[in-house]
Amino acid sequence: MEAASIPEQQPEPEARTPRRSPGAYVWDNILPFLLGAFLLYFLVHDFNRSFDDLKTGLSNGTIWALIALGYTLVYGIIELINFAHGEVFMIGSFVSVSVWQALGLTDTTAAGVGILCIIAVLPIAMLASGSLNVMIERVAYRPLRNAPKLAPLITAIGMSFILQNVGLLWRPTPDSAPDLIRSQANYFTVFNTGIEHSDVFAVVVTVPLLVALLWFVGRTKYGKAMRATAQDMDAARLMGINVDRTISLTFALGGMLAGAAGLIYALYNGVIKFNQGFTAGLIAFTAAVMGGIGNLKGAVVGGLIIGVIQALSDDYAQPVWTPAIVFAILILVMVFRPQGLFGEETREG
Amino acid sequence: MSAALATFRGNMRTVRGAMPSWAWGAVLIALAILYPYITDNINLPILGGHDDLLDASIQTLGYIIMALGLNIVVGMAGLLDLGYVAFYAIGAFVIGWLGSQQFPDINNSKGIHFLVQSKSAISHQPIPGIHINFFFVIFIAAAFTAIWGIILGAPTLRLRGDYLAIVTLAFGEIVPRIFENSQSGFFGIGSIDFSNGRQGITPIDKINFPWTTDTFKYPLELKPAYWVALGMVFFTIFINRRLRDSRLGRAWIAVREDEVAAAAMGVNLVRTKLMAYAIGAAFGGFAGVFLGTYNNTVNVDQFEFGFSVFILCMVIIGGMGNISGVILGAIFLSLVNRDLLPQLNTYPEKIGLNFDVTSINFGIFGFLLLVMMVLRPEGFLPSTRRKLELHESELEDEVVAGGAMEPQLYEVRHE
Repeated sequence: MEAASIPEQQPEPEARTPRRSPGAYVWDNILPFLLGAFLLYFLVHDFNRSFDDLKTGLSNGTIWALIALGYTLVYGIIELINFAHGEVFMIGSFVSVSVWQALGLTDTTAAGVGILCIIAVLPIAMLASGSLNVMIERVAYRPLRNAPKLAPLITAIGMSFILQNVGLLWRPTPDSAPDLIRSQANYFTVFNTGIEHSDVFAVVVTVPLLVALLWFVGRTKYGKAMRATAQDMDAARLMGINVDRTISLTFALGGMLAGAAGLIYALYNGVIKFNQGFTAGLIAFTAAVMGGIGNLKGAVVGGLIIGVIQALSDDYAQPVWTPAIVFAILILVMVFRPQGLFGEETREG
Repeated sequence: MSAALATFRGNMRTVRGAMPSWAWGAVLIALAILYPYITDNINLPILGGHDDLLDASIQTLGYIIMALGLNIVVGMAGLLDLGYVAFYAIGAFVIGWLGSQQFPDINNSKGIHFLVQSKSAISHQPIPGIHINFFFVIFIAAAFTAIWGIILGAPTLRLRGDYLAIVTLAFGEIVPRIFENSQSGFFGIGSIDFSNGRQGITPIDKINFPWTTDTFKYPLELKPAYWVALGMVFFTIFINRRLRDSRLGRAWIAVREDEVAAAAMGVNLVRTKLMAYAIGAAFGGFAGVFLGTYNNTVNVDQFEFGFSVFILCMVIIGGMGNISGVILGAIFLSLVNRDLLPQLNTYPEKIGLNFDVTSINFGIFGFLLLVMMVLRPEGFLPSTRRKLELHESELEDEVVAGGAMEPQLYEVRHE
């Protein structure tokens, strides 16, 4: 499979491609068509209700997008599904809440102090999750780099279970995070829909991180090394790139984003528990696949789409069906559209 | 150390050579059949009372069937299936539907009966619900789960290995959710209750032989249930051995080792994988029926992702692809889960921690998986072939390193 994080730069001259029938065009873009049609249907059906879902979905989707980026980065570079990624996200939540609790923050802490503490804790959570992810790679994946594909996948599952049980020992029961941002309060109202503090918070934290990541991967020397390693590991090694270190760096980046997602999740949902990572990981993986695994933009868009689908399904179907619906979408996309929205063909056999 | 090991191996070989292999097999089978009488006479404190031990053994037999089924998929065909619990769930729900009072209104509340007791012993009224003899349900369920295996497998088996793993995982998550939420018809369509929601279906009919309506009394009298389970295990082992040596089995190994080469040799990839998937699934359903009736309840809480990993762990620790290895792995892990971990419960307190070791059992299995895959990926009792495959890269390195020194055995033509 082609490399991941490369911004597509092949200038494919439009004139050279033969004329295609409208049917083929629709089939090539079936995913955006279907998604657009669904959204349009819901918006026409009941605008206010659907618009509210759209808002919730988009802000919630930023969390999935951050986690999905970790999957996509790692998959792009070593073609491995990092199963333990959801648990890295969970540890990010736990670290943030633990630090806040240690600082003695409560729901009534003054807003200024709260925001200062969030800004202070964000790097801590990112660092903790990032280094944890690097450690996972060292212990569970690096020894098996030349083993059959099955082997690192199995160690990934093992790692995920270990971390989940670490979380279980750390906080056996669901715990509430201090509500530092007054998450339920409305900022302003658009089309009768209240935009809450939590929505704004999620977007405000996520967007700079995304921009920074795109800059890092696209513009820096390290990003170039990552793209080279993703394209051809052996050739990159011949060009003097330290492949092991580059892979570690990729895991660190993915882990840091997961840590940030963990912090946002803790404030956004208010409740953290040790098994939040498993479901979140699967949802984010669905997002990564939806966008086309290995594609950074795709992961972000996929995360937002999955967020909206979840919100709509919570509202129009019952919440109990939401996980089943998301996983069914995962299966359908993988089977019929394995390349996702922006990715390339990955089908084999 | 290695000298001692070599002597030990030599001794083992002498012991093994004392009898032909069929005689060893006969001894093992006899031991397995007489096992309940043996447990009557041992009373080890670590293994609980003898009834407890026999109960654990019966559960283990169920797990062995499932591990052998998963071994076909993972060990023989080399497809990673992370949603095996879905087939267990489907099998268990089949006995829930065909062997309980779940559908009371059927046939004007008189119920449907097939080779089972049809009237209540006390009130002499017909028992409502569908009741079909256990020995028929196991095969119905096996066929039903195999069909589900094909339905899931047909579109997904074209995917790459790791995608397949995720799709199976998602399937394993969806199936219990569907059962859990099907209290008024599947997907909320209709009004028939299929699952009783979180409560689950209970009680389930006890096993009875087709020629009599007297049912087993297994919470009290465990031996007959043990022998039925043992018979099912023997059946499973027999099928597994025959499959392994068949044309299909060789095709599985070929696909596992090199898909492209296998396809080039004329192996139909999709059909071969699909057969592995369907047969593996069928054993999941087969065991699910037994465990459903033995546990007397079918409850969605039994069907968690962790259980899939538990079974996968048995296959990997025992030795992927090797039937006796997988059986040993299943016995070992069941013992660890049921008897060893509660015993370890005193240790956290000694080092100043306070937690329940049994609550982190899946973390321990995860750790075992990790250590096993890194240090000894072929398992404790590997199949020779699998071992070579898993160490292929190391062997290649050796060949490359030594290659320069060796004289060339054949002429190399440069063109």
